[in-house]
Amino acid sequence: MPKIKLNLITGRTIQQGVSMEGGKEKPAYTAACGIIELDPEDFKKLGVYRNTNVRVTSEYGSVVVKAVDATQGPHPGLGWIPMGPWANMVVNPNTYSTGMPTFKGTPVEVEGAKGEPVWDSLTLVTKACRGEL
Amino acid sequence: MAKTITDVVCPFCGTLCDDLEVGVSDDGKKIIDVYNACAIGAEKFLHSQASDRVTRPRMKQEDGSWKEVSYDEAVEYTATTLAAARKPLMYGWSSTNCEAQAIGTEIGEIVGAVMDNTATVCHGTTLIAVQDVGVPSCTLGEILNRADRIVFWGCNPAHAHPRHMSRYSIFPRGFFTGKGAKGRRMIVVDPRVTDTAKTADMHLQIEQGRDYELLTALRVAFKGEWLPDTVAGIPKKTIYEVADLMKSGRFGIIFFGMGVTQSLSKNHNIDQAICVTRDLNEYTKWNIMPMRGHYNVTGSGEVWGWLHGFPFALDLSRGFARYNPGDTTSNDLLVRDEVDAVFVIGSDPGAHFPNSSVKKIWDLPSICVDPHLTPTTAVCKLHVPVAFVGVETGGCAYRMDNVPIECRKVVDPPEGMMTDLEFLERVTARVRELKGA
Repeated sequence: MPKIKLNLITGRTIQQGVSMEGGKEKPAYTAACGIIELDPEDFKKLGVYRNTNVRVTSEYGSVVVKAVDATQGPHPGLGWIPMGPWANMVVNPNTYSTGMPTFKGTPVEVEGAKGEPVWDSLTLVTKACRGEL
Repeated sequence: MAKTITDVVCPFCGTLCDDLEVGVSDDGKKIIDVYNACAIGAEKFLHSQASDRVTRPRMKQEDGSWKEVSYDEAVEYTATTLAAARKPLMYGWSSTNCEAQAIGTEIGEIVGAVMDNTATVCHGTTLIAVQDVGVPSCTLGEILNRADRIVFWGCNPAHAHPRHMSRYSIFPRGFFTGKGAKGRRMIVVDPRVTDTAKTADMHLQIEQGRDYELLTALRVAFKGEWLPDTVAGIPKKTIYEVADLMKSGRFGIIFFGMGVTQSLSKNHNIDQAICVTRDLNEYTKWNIMPMRGHYNVTGSGEVWGWLHGFPFALDLSRGFARYNPGDTTSNDLLVRDEVDAVFVIGSDPGAHFPNSSVKKIWDLPSICVDPHLTPTTAVCKLHVPVAFVGVETGGCAYRMDNVPIECRKVVDPPEGMMTDLEFLERVTARVRELKGA
């Protein structure tokens, strides 16, 4: 199974905002934020179908999200997970004495994760805190 | 026939739109529709009407299940937890009104808490930079009426501040900007071709994390000095072109967002962006403004600014105000195990802090005051649902340009529910008794 290396950034999308206000326990929030937007070039290298689950791993953690086409691309080499608990499983938490974790610019590896589920936000955070992931 | 309430203020983002119209049922109890708001703002008003909303405090049991408790019990648990803690963290404060922020700070003073707001993961680095080099800024009204050069650097208002461009920065016709968007030039700097970038006159698709280099290159280009062939992935010809475009305007503004505050170099990126603004004032009038996220994160900085002199990372644990980002900021305190209780209000660190910090909240006595169900309510021991500020109760909030706006109450909260302010007043009274303060 091929693995690709990407630079991960996070941030707001309007779908993230709307679904967040609609309730973070709802499936719409998972659909909006439990994703990684990949450039078509990176999809080719990764060799997985669009809208299938992938595992994103960094030095700081690992999470399963759905891989979708970049909506605001092209941005080859750059992965985008909307801000939220899924992104926060893998971002660089170091603040380098500024108080601000490094939410943008985390080196990650992405690989196919067929059969592994994308948890909803409350389950994901609870499982992570219990050490069940 | 429904009644329409006009001039309603939207409690979502820092743009704080004050032209919403909300249709309510004849008895004034139900919101039927929201006009003029963006998709996110409308959802916030409509979600407050959800039938599955939690309306009473809940305490987490040993087996992980939740038990409904009364507000009295919630006040007691909150007060005793905060009073017993040696160094509690009181975090959030951005999705509530200034009145609640002020009374909350009183609790922080009595119990010796560290107070921090969402700027810590948003524009905290901006605040550090402003303290370093100052900030030449203006109000959004001036931008509407005067600005003919608009830069969005590392921000995507099309998604994060959906009505910003149509209300203030790009499309409206103002006193000196009668041609609207046609009279303005828009530059976007972003590593992605964002929906904002797609509407721009120029888009610089910068290499992620190279903002400092490009900002410095612009300062060189203003003076017409030598540049290497490319800087941060942008050809030097483009940099000279942008520099000329910026210098040729009558009134310019740099809006910046998380792209610069959260990438490496952090506050130094903003130092440099402010220096770019300062340099441009040699040629014409330029300003710079952070795109603040929560509708009242600016307000919490203002309240703490006038009460204690610091806009975030306010440490009251020694009986006087200290401020030292990297030391008194939430994520650093949590990861280093330096706090022994966590109180969250008007924010969701469970979703928006790195997981290493969230795990620490899970292990500590913790209280979350929030109308929604969120990952934070899932990891805290006590969840206290309250009325939505700006929907079910009014109060003061500060727009991203530091203009205070009074929010309006549209409908009553579900029966028996407290507001943030009422809950905090009860906790303050109880904490005073416990501490003999």
